[in-house]
Amino acid sequence: MKKITLFSLLFLVITSFLLSLNSNVHGEDPIPKFVVPPPPFSEDIFPCSDCHEDMEADPTRRELEEHTEIAEGFDHAKEQRWCLDCHNPDDRDKLRLVNGNLISFDESYMLCGQCHGTIFRDWKAGVHGKRTGEWDGKKLYRLCVHCHNPHQPRFKPMPPMPPPDKPKLIQQNKWKEDEIPRNPLGNIQ
Amino acid sequence: MSKKQNVKEKTQSLTRRQLLKGSAAGAATLAIPVGTADASVWQAFFQKHFNELDKDEMARVIERLEKEYKKDYGVDFNIETSDAKPDVLFGYGLDLSRCIGCRRCVYGCVRENNQSRDPQNHWIQVLRFKKGETWVHDLEGSEKYYEPETVPEEGYFYMPVQCQQCENPPCVRACPVRATWKEPDGIVVVDYNWCIGCRFCMAACPYGARHFNWSKPQIAKEEINPDTHYLGNRPRFKGVVEKCTFCIQRVRRDPGTYPACVEVCPVGARKFGNLLDPKSEIRYCIDNKRVFRLKEDLHTSPKFYYFFAT
Repeated sequence: MKKITLFSLLFLVITSFLLSLNSNVHGEDPIPKFVVPPPPFSEDIFPCSDCHEDMEADPTRRELEEHTEIAEGFDHAKEQRWCLDCHNPDDRDKLRLVNGNLISFDESYMLCGQCHGTIFRDWKAGVHGKRTGEWDGKKLYRLCVHCHNPHQPRFKPMPPMPPPDKPKLIQQNKWKEDEIPRNPLGNIQ
Repeated sequence: MSKKQNVKEKTQSLTRRQLLKGSAAGAATLAIPVGTADASVWQAFFQKHFNELDKDEMARVIERLEKEYKKDYGVDFNIETSDAKPDVLFGYGLDLSRCIGCRRCVYGCVRENNQSRDPQNHWIQVLRFKKGETWVHDLEGSEKYYEPETVPEEGYFYMPVQCQQCENPPCVRACPVRATWKEPDGIVVVDYNWCIGCRFCMAACPYGARHFNWSKPQIAKEEINPDTHYLGNRPRFKGVVEKCTFCIQRVRRDPGTYPACVEVCPVGARKFGNLLDPKSEIRYCIDNKRVFRLKEDLHTSPKFYYFFAT
């Protein structure tokens, strides 16, 4: 009799543990996977493991010999942050969240969303950032890093398109067929 | 000599009835120049209002227009006449805290909507305001010819203005011939074949959103967008008014694409969607952001919402 109670107790414990594990798996991923273009890597830099596979991870803040461009321009809460706070030391082809979960580079919004919660909320709704496609159908999102360099996130200024003609400059039918002013933006898709 | 005499005799023997008949015919030929009076000119002259065309008449009108445009611009046009989708009311959002005044939207619109390059017509005006000064009630105090090296500039912000697609559009009431009206999906459109060019609507619009074709629009052949809608971006004629239609030719597709200005904006400041769908982006903006509408006190009730996101 004692044995049966013990067994059933054990069974209960194990099933509840398994169930909780299962619900954890569901609980961890409440964010749907968004359709995004591939991450904007610098040329020939990915996969990182090509170089980093045999290297020992060194978490100390120091003068880097490689990636000097990133190190010089680094301006993203630079006092509080260093490479391995976001990049995963063991498998360099992944990013690491603060809870230890590993994510791929095309889900990097999960990483940014850890600090920028309100922006992340707007982004998920399609209100922060650019979204293209169909207003009542498929939408193409952009990763945070498509507009904000993760190491230097401030949006870069850009040259404006030409101002409109002032009324006195407007001349009617002055141009021949091959002289009609072109659209400075070229073709848009 | 004898011929001349003959004419003289004829002229002298004109009766009152003949004179009246003759002058009526003369007036008719004056109204439609004989040189170009082929069938299509007559058909265009007697074309009904867009909303009164039945299916066959519509097909004939589209066929004629496509032929005319092909002759004028050397490009094969496709002119849609799609109706509004059911249960849709379009709304637009613009995040003023993101807009950097780069004018990409202006030229994206020009390209998509076949606006005249010369004389220049722009459906979107990007206004620059000094921070900390009055602005919403002082649009005249804004600057639209700014031309710095790079944008955004320190101490300024930018507000693009285009047709606000009012629920209570004063331009529609001003039109003496009903050439402009509000569609069921909320887009205010113009029938360029019905417009008489009186420009009352331009005077009535408080947003300066309507533009006049002072001459035949000039567009380079390779920059023409041949995917058009009758009420939208088909090439306009000399002497008609045009305006933003939320890219009617794009948003009425099935499924509908975003307007060109939304797609071209590099900072994602422009938002678009269905006001009747609680899950749309525009509804999220209205529910969660502090939005305002331009010149709200005029009771035009625009469906164009400006907001400041955090």
